[in-house]
Amino acid sequence: MFTFPSPPPNPPLTHEEILRYSRHLLIPEVGLDGQRKLKGSSALVIGTGGLGSPVALYLAAAGVGHIGLVDFDVVDSSNLQRQVIHGTERIGQLKVESARQRLLDLNPDIEVTAFNEPFTSENAMRIAGDFDVIIDGTDNFPTRYLTNDVCVLLGKPNVYGSIFRFDGQASVFYAKEGPCYRCLFPEPPPPGLVPSCAEGGVLGVLPGTIGTIQATEALKLLLGIGDTLLGKLLLYNALDMSFEFVKLKKNPNCRICGPNPTVTGLIDYEEFCGVPGHGQDIGSAGAGWDITAPDLAQRLQQNHVRLIDVREPHELQISALPGAENIPLGQLAGRLSELDSAQEMVLFCKTGSRSSRALELLLGAGFRKVKNLQGGINAWAREIDPSLPIY
Amino acid sequence: MTTLRIPTPLRPYTEGQGELQVSAPTVGEAMRELVSRYPALRPHLFTEQDDLRSFVNLFVNDEDIRRLDGAGTPLSDGDRLMIIPSIAGG
Repeated sequence: MFTFPSPPPNPPLTHEEILRYSRHLLIPEVGLDGQRKLKGSSALVIGTGGLGSPVALYLAAAGVGHIGLVDFDVVDSSNLQRQVIHGTERIGQLKVESARQRLLDLNPDIEVTAFNEPFTSENAMRIAGDFDVIIDGTDNFPTRYLTNDVCVLLGKPNVYGSIFRFDGQASVFYAKEGPCYRCLFPEPPPPGLVPSCAEGGVLGVLPGTIGTIQATEALKLLLGIGDTLLGKLLLYNALDMSFEFVKLKKNPNCRICGPNPTVTGLIDYEEFCGVPGHGQDIGSAGAGWDITAPDLAQRLQQNHVRLIDVREPHELQISALPGAENIPLGQLAGRLSELDSAQEMVLFCKTGSRSSRALELLLGAGFRKVKNLQGGINAWAREIDPSLPIY
Repeated sequence: MTTLRIPTPLRPYTEGQGELQVSAPTVGEAMRELVSRYPALRPHLFTEQDDLRSFVNLFVNDEDIRRLDGAGTPLSDGDRLMIIPSIAGG
């Protein structure tokens, strides 16, 4: 069972708090002692997006005394389909500030610390050091490996959740007593293989399901009750409404929590995952293979360029470029015979990320007269044709 | 027959199929049958040297094949082989 360093005795509850937490105090597994434990405990929520929203809301409502929030983004209208901690009036505000205000409205008796910065190898140990449990609500591989390694090195439990379209995963990683994230995923997938939610989409309620499971596990850890997901991975599929569990064991060859670790401090996680760092341009194929939207507009007026749209067919209903042919990225490798390497081609998708991978595939197949529309059809909508929606 | 479960990120390569029935004596054979049925999946699951990629997590029923016999793990009728993807959305 977990034991946390929150020094006994835990703080007493005021009369107002006793009324507020009345429904917890009635449960014998929580009771007055448990509620005081929560008041004396702390949780760090990394990411205030789809997962971080329900996690932070429920931990605040439950009376976890100190909640830390890490994010560096601002609220965007495309967040609000799932990031329920924010609101329309908060568009353009810092996410951590928007979330902090909402949490303090829900529960003014707790302390909320907002870290308006990306979680990096430079600040992670300092930020995480003060908290009892760490909740991984991040949206990218580098930060997930970083979160894991920080938790292993600091000896803290990592409440993991991850989502894609209709699929969700959740677990508790805690190297002192079981496996860590690297035991299950020793290596990240090659960049671009797994689409992000921004590229692949996500059912808005899915992070609600997975985030509330993470909040449940965090509360159980802080209270020291029940059986957690330590040593188990939950696999949820919203379409099938299936919950499956697989067993996880400590990997004896784990590079950070095995008996002979090779990772003994934080590393460069962007390099480890082969992806660009925070704030760097995505949707670019790099090394002269990009074309900007204005350059493409000019080129189209001068001579014939074959436009290949590598998005999924259902995305063409949202926006489309006249004359473009649709070959979804997943089909491209099997349809190379439809393309002519002597002809000039420009590939595009929503943001330039999938078309960059399509471009790599074509370069690998010997094509050279091919470019990637930097920023995708969204850049075209922004810079050339405002009649198209941005999504 | 073994039920092979395909995670959402790989379904674009299996014509949207989420579950397939395969008949194979081992995990490695089952995966080979899968990629021969859907060749576009091959680069996602196998290296150019034809080994299973290290980030591909395979579980037979609820056990990680790395704790069993790896690609040589035998399959029996009614087993469930799951491909567990790395996903990072949040």
